[in-house]
Amino acid sequence: MAFRLKLVPDETNVNFFRWQWLTFGISAVAMVGSIFAVLFMGLNFGIDFKGGTTIRTESPAAFEVGDYRRVLDDLQIGDVSITEVFDPSFGESKHVAMIRIGTTDETGSVTPEELNKVEAALKTVDPQVSFAAVESVGPKVSGELIKTAIYAVGAATIAIMFYIWLRFEWQFAIGAVVSIMHDVLLTVGIFAVFQLKFDLTTIAALLTTLGYSVNDTVVVFDRLRENLIKFKAMPLIDVMNLTVNETLSRTVMTAVTTALALTAMYVFGGDVIRGFVFAMLWGVFVGAYSTVYVAKNIVLWLGVKRDWSKPDPKEAKDDIPAAFRDAP
Amino acid sequence: MLQIPAWKRVLILGLIALGLLFAMPNLFYGKVESHNDAIANMERSGVETPEDLAARAAWPDWLPSGLVNLGLDLRGGAHLLGEVHVADVYKARMDSLWPELRDALVAQRDTIGAVRRVTAPDGQLIVEISNAEQIAKAVEIARGLAVPVTSISGAGQSDLDIKGSGNRLTVQLSDAEKAATDDRTVQQSLEIIRRRIDEVGTREPTIMRQGADRILIQVPGIGSAEELKQLIGTTAKLTFNPVVSRGTDANARVAAGQVVLPSMDEQGVYYTLEQSPVVTGEDLTDARPSFDQNGQPSVDFRFGPTGAKRFGSYTSSNIGQPFAIVLDNQVISAPVIRQAITTGSGQISGSMDVESSTRLAVLLRAGALPAEMTFLEERTIGPELGQDSIDAGRLSSIIATVAVVAYMIASYGLFGVFASVAVIVNVILILSIMSMMGATLTLPGIAGIVLTVGTAVDANVIIYERIREELRRGKRVVKAIDDGFSEAMSAIIDANVTTFIAAMVMFFLGSGPVKGFAVTLTIGLVTSVFTAIFLTRLLIVLWLDWRKPKQLVL
Repeated sequence: MAFRLKLVPDETNVNFFRWQWLTFGISAVAMVGSIFAVLFMGLNFGIDFKGGTTIRTESPAAFEVGDYRRVLDDLQIGDVSITEVFDPSFGESKHVAMIRIGTTDETGSVTPEELNKVEAALKTVDPQVSFAAVESVGPKVSGELIKTAIYAVGAATIAIMFYIWLRFEWQFAIGAVVSIMHDVLLTVGIFAVFQLKFDLTTIAALLTTLGYSVNDTVVVFDRLRENLIKFKAMPLIDVMNLTVNETLSRTVMTAVTTALALTAMYVFGGDVIRGFVFAMLWGVFVGAYSTVYVAKNIVLWLGVKRDWSKPDPKEAKDDIPAAFRDAP
Repeated sequence: MLQIPAWKRVLILGLIALGLLFAMPNLFYGKVESHNDAIANMERSGVETPEDLAARAAWPDWLPSGLVNLGLDLRGGAHLLGEVHVADVYKARMDSLWPELRDALVAQRDTIGAVRRVTAPDGQLIVEISNAEQIAKAVEIARGLAVPVTSISGAGQSDLDIKGSGNRLTVQLSDAEKAATDDRTVQQSLEIIRRRIDEVGTREPTIMRQGADRILIQVPGIGSAEELKQLIGTTAKLTFNPVVSRGTDANARVAAGQVVLPSMDEQGVYYTLEQSPVVTGEDLTDARPSFDQNGQPSVDFRFGPTGAKRFGSYTSSNIGQPFAIVLDNQVISAPVIRQAITTGSGQISGSMDVESSTRLAVLLRAGALPAEMTFLEERTIGPELGQDSIDAGRLSSIIATVAVVAYMIASYGLFGVFASVAVIVNVILILSIMSMMGATLTLPGIAGIVLTVGTAVDANVIIYERIREELRRGKRVVKAIDDGFSEAMSAIIDANVTTFIAAMVMFFLGSGPVKGFAVTLTIGLVTSVFTAIFLTRLLIVLWLDWRKPKQLVL
């Protein structure tokens, strides 16, 4: 027999509902915790959402963030924050910093004169410094961008809910939406907890995660529907357990391939994209969890009609074997 | 199900071959790009230089030459989001209406009495008449100047909103006309920005309208957003106005219809001017950089026939009077008219260097922006950072693909090889479709492709897991594979439709890099379903025909 790598054995019979109160409790606590984290710690909004200017500096020589801060504080151009960026691909002769300047005026952009002053000031402590990228976003746009981002997540959720309702039953739609909210909240939550930069690309990552998570959920639902038709007499909870066990190896397989690809991107993709990839990687993890432990629990509690095999009375009649039909 | 007709096989393989062909230019990015640039260059200039011919010859003409556009974050360049101050135009419209309205009212002086323009908020024209009881007559005269709005939504409505109360006549643009004007203003701005950027001759700029009054401008390869702003941010509104007086008071009191503007060169000097210009930059037909008689950089300009006629008649009747050349609300110079200028040409000189005279000529030639613009978003990405991102993206895509392929083969053996072939073809197809569409690849887009590599195998995984189950149930090989494919179909469709919905939302609500990501993701979805269902099945069918296995270990 040829070798096959199998992370999940052929036949599993795990009772996924044994700890359902615990697993669902963890999810609930994590969701509430995320909300608190966002409310009390706040999100580290990038300039897309908050307005302001970021400058990415590059220098062949090592520099001290303290030196940069000192010369920039002297300029009094408003709220300045400086972080050094590290990446394995930079090597010895590349030192990168991100300088962020808060909004100072209505338009929010740093004027060219100010930019020249910043460059001149930095040159006094680090003569070889150069600007690799400069971006500014005014407060007017950033406010709109937040609104659009919220609309986007909302619109995607509603559209997906509608589709699932069409293809399955309303209970499935609710289950999928709760698990979407679970994934979105937990992703936003972890951005608050670790104060990761939250910008437009994070929203793209969030929407992708959302798509991925629903994708996962739908595959399980699809099998659940099939099993509901096949095992009409089996208690709902057992049908669900059977379904999750049957699809488990696929869930794990896909999570692993996706995670493999994203990990490669996370490690080798450079620092510009790292936050984005992190959000997706985390989303894949949370999405797989919510498929197994959130979506179907909701469906179980809501209950679902058991007899899927009678779409309409006329067809149903044809299903009855001739011997049992009423004589005309 | 497992019988694939020959025409279908040819179609599948043919599509893939086409995909390979169209993706290929991207392997030789530099060569193909200079080939395309050379062709564009020769078309624009009409001159075939040896360099251009050589660059064109470096890539055969009969091969496809579509390339994936690299986004600003990969190529480096500048991005601006500008907002057009559409209300500026209302004011200009009122100013140009005044002489016409004045003449019409003055003609009826016997009934309505003396006519006087008084100071009014921007966008309004307020006129006082001395016979207040005749205000209805004045309104009637003013209405005679109104014309119907020329837009689909506002058709049939008048372009002017005219009210009379007491002795005051208030004129402003009607709402329908305002909407139509706004639209025209943004369209014009867009057109003029495009012309200005084209004059500088840069590669594939993106200039598009966003929302009601915004314009998005992306120019790859330009040094900084600042440079771009200098080129498109200036309105370059050139006017020739009669001078009323010259003084040093910036807040001098002036009559209605007059303005005080600073001098460009002389500090502290202000001119009081008639607001309605004699001629404007729109009457220019040409402007080019040159030098004046003292050898200083200057700009020569030439009026079109109507402009030349108006300028000629004005100068001939105002000999000995000064007139001002005004650029963007600054007086460049105010020479005294020595003789009638009927040739229709002239020269602007002042403190300029060669660079600024060249730029001014470009701006004048391209035309003035109808309204001022402010910039809400500015981004500059250096070319090195872009190159770093390309390198990192390439490396991580290769590693991701190798990792996924290794894992698939370890899990499914030969069928894993089939799935891996499908994944690699999938990436090639994504690139070829993007090249054909001229779609833009951004850094998040590269991440999207990498993600697709991870998820594209999902469809195959669903199918394979299903086949494994069918085999465990004791079905024969062919039957198991057949059932595996058909049973997995609904799950694959549902799963991809939901992701597709998320991608559509991103496309319609997102901007910039997010949109690029959505495009990549959508293309990836379509191609991955194609490769997973058709290509993998074809490979499996070919293998079944060849080996006719009795046993299958999956």
